[in-house]
Amino acid sequence: MQKLIKKYFPLFALPTLIAFTISFVIPFVLGVYLSFTEFTTVTNAKWVGLNNYMKVFADKEFLNALWFTVKFTVVSVVSINVLAFVFALLLTRKIKGTNMFRTVFFMPNLIGGIVLGYIWQLIINGVLIKFDVTLTVSAKYGFWGLVVLMCWQLTGYMMVIYIAGLQNVPKDLIEAANIDGATKFGILRNVTLPLVMPSITICLFLTLSNSFKLFDQNLALTAGAPSKQTTMLALDIYNTFYGKAGWEGVGQAKAVVFFVMVALIVLVQLLLTRSKEVES
Amino acid sequence: MEQSLGTQRVNRVIFVIMLILAILFIAPILIVLMNSFKGRFYISDTPFQFPNSETFAGLSNYTSGIVKIGFFNAFGLSLFITVFSVGLIVLLTSMTAWYITRVKTKFTNLLYYIFVFSMIVPFQMVMFTMTKTANVINLDNPIGLIVIYIGFGAGLSVFLFSGFVKSIPLEIEEAVLIDGYNPAQSFFKIVLPLLKPIAITVAILNVMWIWNDYLLPLLVIGSEWKTIPIAIQYLKGGYGSIDMGAMMAMLVLAIVPIIIFYLFCQRYIIEGVVAGAVKG
Repeated sequence: MQKLIKKYFPLFALPTLIAFTISFVIPFVLGVYLSFTEFTTVTNAKWVGLNNYMKVFADKEFLNALWFTVKFTVVSVVSINVLAFVFALLLTRKIKGTNMFRTVFFMPNLIGGIVLGYIWQLIINGVLIKFDVTLTVSAKYGFWGLVVLMCWQLTGYMMVIYIAGLQNVPKDLIEAANIDGATKFGILRNVTLPLVMPSITICLFLTLSNSFKLFDQNLALTAGAPSKQTTMLALDIYNTFYGKAGWEGVGQAKAVVFFVMVALIVLVQLLLTRSKEVES
Repeated sequence: MEQSLGTQRVNRVIFVIMLILAILFIAPILIVLMNSFKGRFYISDTPFQFPNSETFAGLSNYTSGIVKIGFFNAFGLSLFITVFSVGLIVLLTSMTAWYITRVKTKFTNLLYYIFVFSMIVPFQMVMFTMTKTANVINLDNPIGLIVIYIGFGAGLSVFLFSGFVKSIPLEIEEAVLIDGYNPAQSFFKIVLPLLKPIAITVAILNVMWIWNDYLLPLLVIGSEWKTIPIAIQYLKGGYGSIDMGAMMAMLVLAIVPIIIFYLFCQRYIIEGVVAGAVKG
């Protein structure tokens, strides 16, 4: 059978491969190469070794964006997952209107980042004006604004994944623990949590990578204001490419550093949480 | 199992808390809707006030906003790009996933790992080089953008389809091949219908991504063409003030189609997203 199917390579695999090569493989390889060169258009690249990378780590704006992104990622990942898990616990108690609540909480996830950014700009500025300030007066407003926005967007999404995980926890295990006299908190910690670990792995992965790579929401909410203090990594890379003439090579080196960080974070997280997963 | 009186009381309290939270979750959208009927100068300062006889602006924000950003053109373009990209992604990547799962060689194995690898590469890594590549081979138009979306969507989609194809028993396909079907017939008549559940997941995940995507279309076709997110961001313009009235009205028009789509197929959307997350 394999031999028979093999002849159909041009029909089945080639179209996807051509598109994939054009939009991913070539740009990726070229991107790695260009990060070691100086260029304005791709054709005039000149090899400069590690020069660009040295400039990346000496660039205050990049380091500032890195620190802001790390802080933001930690705070938003923790708050989104705690909220989503609590919502999921409450909505698996067979209360009235569970489906309606699920529908409502999930909905913001469908709205695009640019639109989300402007919705929250209006709301947050509307609150802050009562204290005679705006979103762009201080970086801390932009920071917490982004956290609130991300919680609003992603809590419902993570909640539906946790609900699916909680529904897979066998009822008799909980009952057995109950009969053995375990406390509610003890059951949650020692029975439920280990069994929903696969959901936790997924939710941490999704919230980590979405927060760390955030761009649209950042651009629409504050665009980095005041004076680039709320610029996250993705936006800083964009600004380096398209806002600073002659810095294209540095921008590409930043992009490679960014990619390596994303890959490391994701791999470490997957290894750590996967190792905690148990079979029920 | 009957719920005890205590549990009933607790559940009633949870219901009320959830109801309040649900209202808080919808509130931002309602506030934007409310402000879209107010005059442009009455929005930023008092976003939480209902329109009154002085501030009510009727539909003027809508008419001016639609003209300003060419909303209907943007809507048509977003629809065109989303429908054709997602349709082609589902068709082409299911074919590719089937091919690389059924034909086991070193080459197909390598392809699979490159597809998986591409999933963790952030867009910024290939942003600049991909845009240049698209320019050079004349893909900087809506049709070309669809090709690029196929390439970018391939990683996740091939991965999800491959997981599903592995669970389809080989015997069915072997039997129809002996009956005189060729592999293409066996894929389209036997395998593809079996892939329907995962195809819905792939379609929904890609619709949510492409419909809301901002940076990729901006870089590839943004100088001549505007999708909805590009048109909204365009309202902000360079320096100076935003027309808040038009902004509110356009945010409403951007959200309404998504919410209608969501309410009609929310079961598929939530289940599809959970399935995609659990498999991914």
